[in-house]
Amino acid sequence: MALALSSISALALITIFIIIQGAPIITEVGMFNFIFGMTWAPSQGEFGIFPMIVGSAAVTVGAVLVGVPIGICCAIFLSEFAPVSVRNFFRPAIQLLAGIPSVVYGFWGLLFIVPFIREHLGGPGLSILAASIILGIMILPTIISISEVSLLSLPRQYKEGALALGMTQWQAIRYVQLPAAKSGIVAAIVLGLGRAMGETMAVIMIVGNSVALPQSILDPVRTLTTNIGIEMGYAAGEHRQALFATGIVLFIVIMILNATAQYITRRK
Amino acid sequence: MNLTAQTREKIAKTFIWAAAVLVLAVLTAIIADILIKGLPVINFSFLTEIPRSMGRAGGVASPIVGTVLITLLAVTIAVPFGIGTALYLAEYTKDGIITRLIRFSAESLAGIPSIVYGLFGFIFFVIYLGLGWSILSGGLTLAFMILPTIIRTAEEAIRSVPLSFREASYSLGATKTQTIFKVVFPSAIRGITNGIILSVGRCIAETAAVMLTAGSALQLPSSILDPTRTMAVHFYILAVEGISAENAYGTAALLIILIFLINVVANMLVNRFVAKGR
Amino acid sequence: MKFKLLGLLAILTSLLTACGGGGAYARVIVAGSTSVQPYSEILAEEFVFLNPEITIDVQGGGSSSGIRAASTGTSDIGMSSRALNEDEMDYWVVEIARDGLAIVVNPQNPIHELSFEQLQHVFTGEITNWGEVGGNDARIHLIAREEGSGTRGAFEELVMADGQFITPRAIVQSSNGSVRQLVSSDPNSIGFLSLGLVDDTVRALDLDGVAATAENVISGTYNLFRPFLYISREAPEGATAKFIDFILSPYGKAILAEEGLIP
Repeated sequence: MALALSSISALALITIFIIIQGAPIITEVGMFNFIFGMTWAPSQGEFGIFPMIVGSAAVTVGAVLVGVPIGICCAIFLSEFAPVSVRNFFRPAIQLLAGIPSVVYGFWGLLFIVPFIREHLGGPGLSILAASIILGIMILPTIISISEVSLLSLPRQYKEGALALGMTQWQAIRYVQLPAAKSGIVAAIVLGLGRAMGETMAVIMIVGNSVALPQSILDPVRTLTTNIGIEMGYAAGEHRQALFATGIVLFIVIMILNATAQYITRRK
Repeated sequence: MNLTAQTREKIAKTFIWAAAVLVLAVLTAIIADILIKGLPVINFSFLTEIPRSMGRAGGVASPIVGTVLITLLAVTIAVPFGIGTALYLAEYTKDGIITRLIRFSAESLAGIPSIVYGLFGFIFFVIYLGLGWSILSGGLTLAFMILPTIIRTAEEAIRSVPLSFREASYSLGATKTQTIFKVVFPSAIRGITNGIILSVGRCIAETAAVMLTAGSALQLPSSILDPTRTMAVHFYILAVEGISAENAYGTAALLIILIFLINVVANMLVNRFVAKGR
Repeated sequence: MKFKLLGLLAILTSLLTACGGGGAYARVIVAGSTSVQPYSEILAEEFVFLNPEITIDVQGGGSSSGIRAASTGTSDIGMSSRALNEDEMDYWVVEIARDGLAIVVNPQNPIHELSFEQLQHVFTGEITNWGEVGGNDARIHLIAREEGSGTRGAFEELVMADGQFITPRAIVQSSNGSVRQLVSSDPNSIGFLSLGLVDDTVRALDLDGVAATAENVISGTYNLFRPFLYISREAPEGATAKFIDFILSPYGKAILAEEGLIP
């Protein structure tokens, strides 16, 4: 019984300690100024994280635009089209994709994606676009596995009925199976959002970390996670509190995303 | 544009196949790049020597030791808590407020980004409990991080033990505790092991949380309170700071091989588990 | 439950401390500036080779946290790549070397020299195109270090005038090595890093006609340099003192000079 409460106490401990550390600076600067402040310059006592909120939103949306269409197509492929032999090879491959350390993805992005963007599209290469592509790849396993499970868990009659009505295979998928599996797929996307928003190391390597509002997807930005990751080593005093406060904002956004995903799956 | 159903069918199928090919191509590209450039670096001395000149020369012996110790510690701490929670959820209770709260917190923990675990570990273990940057701080932080994985996989494994096993046990006059430890637990052990192995994979791959809690020392640790660096952290530092591309690739190749082996073992367990269940 | 967990942790910790404290060797913990860290690593390697009974742990963390670690005794020595603040003056300090601050560009960049004023305007973001300083018509990709870094602090102090700040549009990297790596791969970039770490993958710019070399730092013509400090709570003793003596010995200084620092 005592052991069983470990997850509750763990969550409570984490929440309490991060809030204790971060709350003082939020009260001092003011919640509004902290979240909507445009300038982040801890050495001058300026703590505004709005550019990073925009940065996080940009790379997360970018990741979803890259990862979701490919991921859902892949899930349909696995559940409907793939021959058994291909499927038996594909699933472990996706698991491997999920297991590769994020720093390896970041490194690969730095070596291949960043120079490609710099040479062919312009800008410094370290950019929203580079981070979106790498994060898009990194959320694929989440999107694919959850969407696939929800497609496979549909009663067979759905598909058979659609085909019996004279629908083609694609029509059956498009008009019957995908809508029926919607809640699972939406949950997959929301979890993918959370994963993309929470990733740190891969993003630090390829996003540029500038603290200014971006003007295009070829501009560098800083995300909430990279703000913590890049400055934590050096920070002291108010600066460190402000990084914990950044953590609080990140924590709240992620908790909302998780609760949404849990709610969607429950309702089903 | 008004397309016939057949044309749409073809376009859709092309896209679906293209997506599948693309995903495999990206996976192959990443792994091939790392293995082709990394495997030649790996030899006996790379595995057994301590890094020299920040990792420009020498091997990865101390990051290997650091990785093993932190992972072992994290798993040892998280497993009893995780399995305890899973048993409680699966065996002892009907759905109620407490179970819902436990599930909610386990699922929330699973979604918390590793950098937040890092922040927490830093302030709680490193500073508040005064453990410093150490293997202990890193291991404890990762234990928090893998707890939800262990709970979820163990609960699934315990729930998938057929009811008839339990009934048979009770009909022989066994108590609930006896049933759980002598019947349910042994039948679920494969699934539980699978969860543990997956957690080991997560520990090995983690960078952000470990960097903030275990430090980045290159020396071999002499106690669990010494700082260390794991292979993932070592790789990150070598790669980002341009210290040695060669050794970075070697370390990455080692990491990929490890993750691959872990996946293979986990799959073997799951497959046998499924086969046994039938 | 929380208390039980805490209790368990406490027991675990004390057990581990008990096992850990038994060794008969001496251990010196050095922590702080990531700019000083590589040099400390090299010195430590050589020192441990000569004194195998002593272990030296070199940690990063940054100048400020290094000074704090030394002041609380978490580390025996704190490394700083900036001068101490007024409220940090009470500690025992030694300058182990000076380090030039080089302004680096990609070797493909035709620019070999900037005036001090041009340099300021490039980093405040007033000059955004290489054409404005006589180079190609291309956007300047500024690369800076993160807030709190000793190198950034030194750059702001030595280069920027009062009221001038590095533009927030600058790309931020968290180590000298990653600045160098990025500059070496992007033809339109400019960054600043420790002179000792300049190699043939990047080119150090002349400032107002003065080349960024150790000789020019010593002769006083190249003004961008900063101290590398070792800080301790009290005058060091035992193994710590032995390590510092080694660094200040002619042999230690030769090692540092070899690595591009100015002893």
